[in-house]
Amino acid sequence: MISCIIFCLLLISASTYFFINAKKIKRNILLGRKIKLNDNKNKRFKTMLLVAFGQQKMFAKPIPAILHFFLYSAFIITQIELLEIITDGITGHHRIFREALGGIYTFAVSFIEILSVLAFIGTIAFLARRNLLKIPRLTMNELNGWPKLDANLILIAEIVLICFIFMMNGADEVLYSRGLSHATNLNEGSLGFSISRHLGPMLYGNFPEGGLHVIERIGWWGHIIMVFGFLNYLPFSKHLHIVLGFPNTYYSNLKQKGEFTTLDSVTDVVAPNFDPAYVAKTNPNNAQRFGVKDVQDLTWKNLLDAYSCTECGRCTSACPQNITGKKLSPRKIMMDTRDRLTEVGNNIDANNGTFVEDGKSLLGDYITTEEIWACNTCNACVEACPININPLEIIVEMRRYLVMEESQNPSELTNMFSNLENNGAPWQFSPADRANWAKE
Amino acid sequence: MDNQQSSIINQQLKVPFMSELIAKGETPEILFWVGCSGSFDDRAKKITKAIVRILNHVNIKFAILGTEEGCTGDPAKRAGNEFLYQMQAMQNISVMNGYNVKKIVTGCPHCFNTIKNEYPALGGNYEVVHHTQLVQELINQGKLKVQGGEFKGKKIVFHDPCYLGRANNVYEAPREIIQKLDVELAEMKRSKANGLCCGAGGAQMFKEAEKGNKEVNVERAEEALALNPDVIAVGCPFCNTMMTDGVKHFNKEEKTKVLDVAELIATANDL
Repeated sequence: MISCIIFCLLLISASTYFFINAKKIKRNILLGRKIKLNDNKNKRFKTMLLVAFGQQKMFAKPIPAILHFFLYSAFIITQIELLEIITDGITGHHRIFREALGGIYTFAVSFIEILSVLAFIGTIAFLARRNLLKIPRLTMNELNGWPKLDANLILIAEIVLICFIFMMNGADEVLYSRGLSHATNLNEGSLGFSISRHLGPMLYGNFPEGGLHVIERIGWWGHIIMVFGFLNYLPFSKHLHIVLGFPNTYYSNLKQKGEFTTLDSVTDVVAPNFDPAYVAKTNPNNAQRFGVKDVQDLTWKNLLDAYSCTECGRCTSACPQNITGKKLSPRKIMMDTRDRLTEVGNNIDANNGTFVEDGKSLLGDYITTEEIWACNTCNACVEACPININPLEIIVEMRRYLVMEESQNPSELTNMFSNLENNGAPWQFSPADRANWAKE
Repeated sequence: MDNQQSSIINQQLKVPFMSELIAKGETPEILFWVGCSGSFDDRAKKITKAIVRILNHVNIKFAILGTEEGCTGDPAKRAGNEFLYQMQAMQNISVMNGYNVKKIVTGCPHCFNTIKNEYPALGGNYEVVHHTQLVQELINQGKLKVQGGEFKGKKIVFHDPCYLGRANNVYEAPREIIQKLDVELAEMKRSKANGLCCGAGGAQMFKEAEKGNKEVNVERAEEALALNPDVIAVGCPFCNTMMTDGVKHFNKEEKTKVLDVAELIATANDL
C-alpha cells in the first residue's frame, strides 16, 4: 500500500514536471514566425512513416543505422512493458498482464529481452565510437563540454536501465522456479523469458529468498525511476529527438530542395514596378525585418528543427566547407539556434512571460558572419539529416538580414550585385554583347 | 537526320532570336536559356555552342532571347539579396510571358532551378528542362542517334551539379546519355544524392573562400582524379570552371579533360 502511494506520487510529479517543461518547449517553438505546413497530409504522413518510423535516411550509413535500430526498436517495444509496470505500480499487482495474456505475455517479454541485449550491444558500440574510436563527427570541438557529456550520460543511463530490466526479470525467474515469485503461478516451472531464464539462475541461482526479493525490487524500482528520470531529462537534452523526430519529419519541406522561399514583403515592393494593378500580399502595418537576426525571426519549423537535432553531425561531415577546414558547421548552426532559443525562453520565464531585450542575438553572439558567408547552398546538410532538419534555410535567412537590413556582405559580393543590377550579369560585361557568342 | 551537314565540323550555327521569330509570325518549340556564363565566359561559350549544334542537328525549332535575356537572379538570391533577385526575375518573366514562352531548356543547372522552382511564385510558369534532360528526351524519341566516337571505351566520371542533383533529383539523365557513348562510366564515392559540391554554389563563385585548409574544388578534383578518368563530365558551367581549375592544381590537364555532357555528345558525333 505504501509502495503504491510512493509510486503514484512519483508518477504524478514526474508527469507534471515533464508536462511543464514540454509546454515551455512548445511555447518556445511558437515564438517563431507563423507558416502553414498543414497541406498534403497524406504525403506528410508517408514521409513521417518512412523517415522517422522507418529510419529510412539512417541507412545511408549502415553500421550506425543497425546499431541505432537496436536501440530504437527496443525503446518502442519496451513501452508495452512500461505500461505493465505503471499498472502494477498503481494497483500493487505483480506482472498483472501475465495471467490474462499467457503465451503472448511470455513472447512479448522475451522479445523485449532480446531487443534489450541488442540495445546493450548497440550502446556499448556507441560509447566506443564516441570515446575510443573517436569518429570525427562525434568528437569535433563544437561538442566539447555539455554536448559530449549529454551524449555519454544518455548512453550510460541506457546501460543502467537495461541492467535493471535483467535484475528484475532474472531474480523473478529464480524466485518463480522456487515457487516464491509474486507472479501468478501458471505451473510452468519458469516464467519463460528468453534471456532471463538462463541469465537469472546463472547470476542469482544461489541467492537466498530475501536477497532475491531485494534484487527484484531494485530492478523494478530502478527501471521505473530511470524511465521517469529519462523523461524529465529529455527537455534539457539533445535526446529530445526521440519525440520530436516524428513531428519534425511530418512537417518536412515537401518542395524541391532547390526552391528557396520567396519573400512576399519584397514582392510587394518590387512587383508594382512591373504590374500597376498588383495587390500587396502582406500588411505594411505588420512589417517584419527582412531575414533573420534572432530566433524570433525564424519560423516555428526552424525552431522545431533546432529542438529535434540530436547532434549526430551527419550534416557537418557532408558539408563541403567544413570538410575543407572552414568554420561553417551546419550542426553548430542548429545547436546555436537551440541554445539561443533556450536562453530567450529562460529570459521570458524570469520576466513574468515577456521577453526583456538582453542585447544579444543569434547572429553575432552565437553564429558569426564568417560561418554564414562560407555556405555553398549545396543542400548536402539537408540531404544528410536523418530527420529532415534544414540548416540551410537558417543560413540563407541570415544572409538576407545581413544584405537587406545591414548592407553587410563581403565586398566582392557588392561588386557582383552592382554588376547584376547594371549589366544583367554577375560580371562586368555589356548587356549588348550578350549574344555575341553566336557570331564568334 | 541531317547527315550531309553533320560531318562538317564548326559549321555555321543557326541561332534564331526570339524577337526575329515572333516578328516573322513564327513560334519556337522551345526557348534556349543561355545564361550569363554561357553568354560571356569563354570556356562556357563552347558548351553553349555544343548545345546549339545538338539543337541544329535535330532541327528543333528553338530561339534565344539574346540581349533581352538577363541573369535569372540566382546568385543574388543565394547571397541573400532578395530584392535584386526579384527585380531580375520579374524582368525576365515579363519578357518571357510577353513572348508566351511555354518550354525552356537551360545550359546551366542554376538557371534551371531558379526558373523551374522559383519563378512560378512570381508569375512565371514554364516547363523547364536542363540540357541533359532534353538530350535524353531526343535520344529516347529516336531524334538523336549517338555514337561513342573518340570517347568509345574511355573512362568517364560524372560530377553531379548540386542544383541539378540534390536540388532537383535529376541524377539519371546525364548518366544515361554518357553511357550511350559506349564508355566506362565511373562513380565517385560521393555521388548522386551524396555528391560533393564543386565549391562554386551559393555565390562562392564570386568571392574568396573563408579561411580553411583546402579549396573545395581541390577536394572534389582530387576525388575525381583518384579514379584516373580520361574525362570528368559536368553539367554546369560553374562546375566546369571549378573542376578545370582543380585538375590543373594537380597538373593532370593533359590526361584528364573536363567536358560538359553536351560537348561529349556534340564532339563524339561530329555535330
